[in-house]
Amino acid sequence: MPRKQRKPTLAVWKFASCDGCQLSLLDCEDELLAVAGAVQIAHFLEASSTVMPGPYDLSLVEGSITTPHDALRIQAIRKNSRFLVTIGACATAGGIQALRNFADVEEFTRIVYARPEYIQTLKHSTPISAHVPVDFELRGCPISKGQLLEVISAFLHRRKPNIPQHSVCLECKARGTVCVMVAQGIPCLGPVTQAGCGAICPAYQRGCYGCFGPQENPNTVALSAWWTQLGVDEAAQQRAFRTYNAGARAFSKEAERHG
Amino acid sequence: MGETPKPNRTRTLRVGNLARVEGEGALYVRVKGRQVEEVRLEIFEPPRFFEAFLRGRSFTEVPDITARICGICPVAYQMSSCQALEAALGVQVEGPLKALRRLLYCGEWIESHTLHIYFLHLPDFLGYPDAVRLAQDQPQRVQEALALKKTGSELMTLLGGREIHPINVKVGGFYRVPRKAELLALRDRLERAREIAQRTVRFVGSLDFPDFAPDYTFVSLRQEGEYPILGGRLVSNRGLDIAVAEFEQYFHEEHVAHSNALHATLKGQPYLVGPLARYNLNHDQLPASVQAVAREAGLGSVCRNPFQSIVVRAVETLYACEEALHLIDAYEEPDPPSVPVTPRAGAGAGCSEAPRGILYHRYRMDEQGLIAEAKIVPPTSQNQKMIEEDLRQFVAANLELSRPELTLRCEQTIRNYDPCISCATHFLRLDIEHEP
Ligand code: SF4
Ligand code: SF4
Repeated sequence: MPRKQRKPTLAVWKFASCDGCQLSLLDCEDELLAVAGAVQIAHFLEASSTVMPGPYDLSLVEGSITTPHDALRIQAIRKNSRFLVTIGACATAGGIQALRNFADVEEFTRIVYARPEYIQTLKHSTPISAHVPVDFELRGCPISKGQLLEVISAFLHRRKPNIPQHSVCLECKARGTVCVMVAQGIPCLGPVTQAGCGAICPAYQRGCYGCFGPQENPNTVALSAWWTQLGVDEAAQQRAFRTYNAGARAFSKEAERHG
Repeated sequence: MGETPKPNRTRTLRVGNLARVEGEGALYVRVKGRQVEEVRLEIFEPPRFFEAFLRGRSFTEVPDITARICGICPVAYQMSSCQALEAALGVQVEGPLKALRRLLYCGEWIESHTLHIYFLHLPDFLGYPDAVRLAQDQPQRVQEALALKKTGSELMTLLGGREIHPINVKVGGFYRVPRKAELLALRDRLERAREIAQRTVRFVGSLDFPDFAPDYTFVSLRQEGEYPILGGRLVSNRGLDIAVAEFEQYFHEEHVAHSNALHATLKGQPYLVGPLARYNLNHDQLPASVQAVAREAGLGSVCRNPFQSIVVRAVETLYACEEALHLIDAYEEPDPPSVPVTPRAGAGAGCSEAPRGILYHRYRMDEQGLIAEAKIVPPTSQNQKMIEEDLRQFVAANLELSRPELTLRCEQTIRNYDPCISCATHFLRLDIEHEP
């Protein structure tokens, strides 16, 4: 009897996050059933009650590590996964919850919770790569659906995903958007932010706020000088680099310069 | 295989990880004889501290940041933030800008409700683990669901730039408003969405529902002349009728040991927010055409069975399609895309109807417009006590059910609420332990 070829298994895992990145998969309305046909969904709690034991061929990990329990959980997932891909700013840079890294978590807990003693949390929100080896990091808060599909298909076909590392500026050019910073003096993080979104913000008449994190070798110092000329004060510049990718090195370093 | 409860025997139901809910949670139920002794909906979604780190941020950054609380209903977070900040800044967003906000919100209702109806809740009723397996047997139904959902997403993408964490929302209005022609281009798809929504109401209306109808306190927004989405007064079926700014005098949050989400109560009592509450308190505001479809599907003007919330969600989806068509036809391009705002010291509250229920925000800021204090009360924390109460009543009334059946019904009871545990859950693994 000929052996039936086994479909590769896909698992989706969640850590501290807003669920937005894994939702991006369910938001691929036109491709969802095709993806579901090409893989065996083995663990995807947001979408299915089916839970299959590992090992998994491809694990997509959303969210950052913020609790002692999660720091252990990610180890187990890594051991059980052939390929592990992190999706989104939370998983690749600690996410918005990494803003705690620059503050006193105990004070944060007191501000939010009446009984801080019930809360178990780590002082820092860290990306997955700080805990286990990661095979690929997909940027964005949220990730782009097109890039997600590219990554899934690349891993299924054992090839490298084609994800550009240049800046948002090139996407603006490709889209034909007039530069909002040059033409209108609107502060924009596009020149230091990695492409992937399709340069949405400038097309909507606003500056990029860096949700895809730093591009390869960004010149953040030159950009800050430009922002200063546009009248943006130091505190606002620090905040701009300390948002959804506050934990990404190039951004955290630049934020420190504006202390 | 049924299990007859023996007197003095303790049964424990434990579901380690809830599936088909948004975020992370678990369920623990302990029964002794015929007495439900303890029910805990445990939310172990790690705390993310938004209210703390919003301090010191400029009001202009708030709608982008609060969107990140939840990827499933970012628009709700953006709208409640904007309204609270606008109240603090003394500005009002009216006319076509307000209409555009409502239109964007309709997109989120369509997208989120369709996701819940077909992907999270329906599989329980039909006995499938997920919509993908359902699609193997009923491809057309799932493809139509995806088309409906996609129309909501498209509306959000056009108005918001993208459907998850829209980038086009700001305090005072929008960064860029659409041309009338861009909106009209969505008309045909919305017409088709409306037809699918109608079929959805009829279909989910024909499902089997357990006989269960607690005497809830419902809370929603209400404003004469429209089904509540963006604002109004806070009302209940027990005579509450207050301004949004009075919220904290009536509603209180407490922190319990077993959950990272706070429990809210209304004067110490649990209450229910969300589609059921909105429908019961605002049935008269639905257009006659939508009321008629609801009636055909077996819904009266009051619905107290939480399992039928799937029908109410479908009715609201239909409403959102109709409302979107209506808003598009009436749209006149505003100029400029936002009303001007000048920072000043002040405080303000805002509340809007997220797909899961009322979402309250309050901010205080300094003269430069930097946030000094932020308070956010999401729907899930408001419903959490009520979910536990439902579970308690449901388990007590259904002790003769077999273990798998009781487990499924408990999961379904939780999913009735579409709880979004990121804001404040997924797979339900249930162990029943017997004590000799
Ligand atoms: S990266 Fe952004 S969209 Fe993705 S899970 Fe984190 S907060 Fe949500
Ligand atoms: S902030 Fe930048 S990277 Fe994010 S969507 Fe806007 S333009 Fe794209």
